[in-house]
Amino acid sequence: MNPFSSGTRLRDMIRAIRSCKTAAEERAVVRKECAAIRAAISENDQDYRHRNLAKLMFIHMLGYPTHFGQMECLKLIASSGFPEKRIGYLGLMLLLDERQEVLMLVTNSLKQDLNHSNQYIIGLALCALGNICSAEMARDLAPEVERLLQFRDPNIRKKAALCSIRIIKKVPDLAENFINPAASLLREKHHGVLITGIQLCTDLCKVSSEALEYFREKCTEGLVKTLKDMANSPYAPEYDIAGITDPFLHIRLLKLLRILGQGDADASDCMNDILAQVATKIESNKNAGNAILYECVGTIMSIEDNGGLRVLAINILGRFLSNRDNNIRYVALNMLMKAITVDAQAVQRHRATILECVKDSDASIRKKALDLVYLLVNESNVKPLTKELIEYLEASDQEFKGVLTAKICSLVEKFSPEKIWYIDQMLKVLSEAGNFVKDEVWHALIVVISNASDLHGYSVRALYRAFQTSAEQETLVRVAVWCIGEYGDMLVNNVGMLDIEEPITVTESDAVDALEVSIKRHNSDLTTKAMALIALLKLSSRFPSCSERIKDIILQNKRSFVLELQQRSIEFNCILQKHQNIRSALVERMPVLDEATFSGRRAGSLPTSVSTSTGTARNLPNGIAKPAAAPVADLLDLSSDDAPAPSSSGGDFLQDLLGVDLSPASAPPGTSQPPKAGTDVLLDLLSIGTSPPAQSSSPASNILSSIQDDKASLANLNGLASLTSLSPNATSASPAPMMDLLDGFGPSPQKKEENGPAYPSLVAYESSTLRMTFNISKQPGNPQTTLIQAIFTNLSPNVYNDFLFQAAVPKFLQLHLDPASSNTLPASGNGSITQSMKVTNSQHGKKSLVMRIRIAYKINNKDVLEEGQVSNFPRDL
Amino acid sequence: FQIHFVLLISRQGKVRLTKWYSTYSKKERSKVLRELSGVILTRGPRLCNFVEWRGLKVVYKRYASLYFCMCIDPDGNELEILEIIHHYVEVLDRYFGSVCELDLIYNFHKAYYILDEILISGELQESSKRTVVRSVAAQDSLVEAAKEQTGSTISNIIAHAAK
Repeated sequence: MNPFSSGTRLRDMIRAIRSCKTAAEERAVVRKECAAIRAAISENDQDYRHRNLAKLMFIHMLGYPTHFGQMECLKLIASSGFPEKRIGYLGLMLLLDERQEVLMLVTNSLKQDLNHSNQYIIGLALCALGNICSAEMARDLAPEVERLLQFRDPNIRKKAALCSIRIIKKVPDLAENFINPAASLLREKHHGVLITGIQLCTDLCKVSSEALEYFREKCTEGLVKTLKDMANSPYAPEYDIAGITDPFLHIRLLKLLRILGQGDADASDCMNDILAQVATKIESNKNAGNAILYECVGTIMSIEDNGGLRVLAINILGRFLSNRDNNIRYVALNMLMKAITVDAQAVQRHRATILECVKDSDASIRKKALDLVYLLVNESNVKPLTKELIEYLEASDQEFKGVLTAKICSLVEKFSPEKIWYIDQMLKVLSEAGNFVKDEVWHALIVVISNASDLHGYSVRALYRAFQTSAEQETLVRVAVWCIGEYGDMLVNNVGMLDIEEPITVTESDAVDALEVSIKRHNSDLTTKAMALIALLKLSSRFPSCSERIKDIILQNKRSFVLELQQRSIEFNCILQKHQNIRSALVERMPVLDEATFSGRRAGSLPTSVSTSTGTARNLPNGIAKPAAAPVADLLDLSSDDAPAPSSSGGDFLQDLLGVDLSPASAPPGTSQPPKAGTDVLLDLLSIGTSPPAQSSSPASNILSSIQDDKASLANLNGLASLTSLSPNATSASPAPMMDLLDGFGPSPQKKEENGPAYPSLVAYESSTLRMTFNISKQPGNPQTTLIQAIFTNLSPNVYNDFLFQAAVPKFLQLHLDPASSNTLPASGNGSITQSMKVTNSQHGKKSLVMRIRIAYKINNKDVLEEGQVSNFPRDL
Repeated sequence: FQIHFVLLISRQGKVRLTKWYSTYSKKERSKVLRELSGVILTRGPRLCNFVEWRGLKVVYKRYASLYFCMCIDPDGNELEILEIIHHYVEVLDRYFGSVCELDLIYNFHKAYYILDEILISGELQESSKRTVVRSVAAQDSLVEAAKEQTGSTISNIIAHAAK
């Protein structure tokens, strides 16, 4: 060793690190080494630079920061000796990536080394360039690399070829310079050069159609001949793997032929014979042979059709599929997925084997097989295949159940021949793996059941049965609870019995039992419990014999710690006790849910107007991110407090379930309006909210005043207030937000008078096609804030769709826009859209209101935009 | 690139070699290492050697205490990658003479040099093991020659100084 040696040798450092017992010890050793290396760097120590860099590389591999060594790489590369350069380039590739600026500094050294007299130094530079070059370096050094493609030593030619691949991938414009030199590499005998040359041609074809045409024309025959020579070559020990001469070269030739044959009948014809030969002659008892066969099958599948060859290929895959080696089965499944687009019939023949693979013990194979089965299902075989998959659901491990249920549900939904079958299969899945089912899936089931009016009785009975045996499956419970709430009477009276059904005897009290169980089960989640409460409310009018018991169960939740349940309990109790006259109307069966709306939402066709709807949500008082309509929606919808924001399809759908979608702004523009019946429910709600006189002694109001200071609950309580008929004045302490929320529901005229001084309504904007009227009111005690209800009337004979009103105000005003009542404006004044807003004037008394407006809508799918300014507000606003 | 990266991970989860042909930031690299060693080291024996991961495929094979992993595109030839891994292992074996993990720890740089003679830019460079070993050996002897030269100049200096 060097007599001037200081510090530790690389070997000693590695040994020291390996002997560390704890991570802390290791860190200490590394810290010490790094300190020494840093010191050496700052002293510009040259003798140990390469050793220090080697150490740094090891430290880097352990995951410690080594950026301070980057410049050392450059210094080593710039030095003259081969050993320094060798370690320098290694460090460059290891410690840096192409995005680091430092890399640009090395371009010059690389250029010199590419022109070096020592071919090994050229090799080092090519290797580094090939592994980390950036687009800029590619441009700078491409001429050098191109020249080296003709270097005398084949080891340099092959490195230059691979380096060229990186260059053309980084800068595809450079491809044309490489076409000719690449083509000449195809005539080489040296395997390394041939392999890399073929690879370069393949990648050239991918980036340049010019190259593809050139190689197809000039090189196809030559490549076919090379492959033929290779396939018939005698034993060559240097390249032999399992009795085959150079499988790597075989595979690369097949890959390039695939690209040349694709979409070109002549080129495909030219290679038919050799492909047939490879497919039949290659031994398939070793991995190397199978790798070639696999590639060959891929080529046959991709080139222009030749019936005979395809049969051969599918047969190979069939053989692969029954192989005992998991790797072979895996690639067979993988290739069959591609083959299915070419020859679905042939793949169907292997269905049974593929289905077996779904049950394999190897997760990679299971998943591949499931993907393939999914592609194999069609109308004619959906029943047996689904049956198999559902049976397997029982046996599959937990991890796999999620993927499996998702696939089954999607299949059942896509290919279901009839509704009853769909419902049956979904019930099986929910009973078996309901906890793995996604929300969309059980939502969809409810929509389907709702639409199958002849199956309501059947469904609710089947669900009731399933509930008895599989009450631990959350989503099953939810669907069952919903159906019992809606169709409980059919359950009890065996309405709509089908021939295939066994009659069951369920009493009213049994049905209530089921709901009570789901509320009381400790592991039911909030959504389920809340749904069960609604179901109970619904049953209260259908099962008069149980009404006392239902009331008790509902009341038990009055003390629930979960606000949502407590609130529902109190609200529902109020309905039961004080509003007998409207109760039956309120809890009527849900109108049929609109399948189109639901599927539109599921497809994720989120409306373009989302921005406006989220905008209003964000502006809500209390900072609670809920849609503005939330307080009302909450009363009846199934979603809990943590329900997703309006942009999530699940949350939207939940509101739809009960038809209280008040925010058309969040409805997809393509679909029709929210169900008409929804508005009826809303009207019912409003009539509760406004018609009876204030009842300050109601239990709800006590609660309201007792937790008034609880800011977070305000939004909910406001909603509560609207239902329990507290007029806003009854809770005079309540702050502004409540007014705002109530205002969103369109207060009745007399309420407006209570609210403050009345203003005449004004026509804020009018064109030949559209009129916008403002009803203006003030909140008592809050002169800065103006409540405006905008009413839009269509003056033209055309319906306006996707109606969107936007407004902007100067800085001294603050505008809060609620969602509009609809996004469709009927023609010729036959109805209107209303939209509420609140303007707060920070310069009240000094400046008056002014507003710029923009109204967008569609007539027969043609966009129309109207803009204007409203400056005729009364002065004192 | 055909191969996005090459990893050598010991059965205990220690990283023995990493080679990135596609661009990954430092953060991504350590995430990849963490995720993949979790997936691969826990796979049972006799399962297939392929793992689908983040839309890509990782082909791995265990040799004694070391897992050799290569990540490829989903439409790559998995069986061929197994052959490339084996090719690399055989070259290592020829070079070190029945290679073991310790060889690759103490001579990690040599494992890189050999890999650089087999793969560039994630593509196969040479199918002849003999050619690879020869090329690495030739470069080793260049290093040795340079060392001797400096060694002798230094000992000359020492000898000179001692006089």
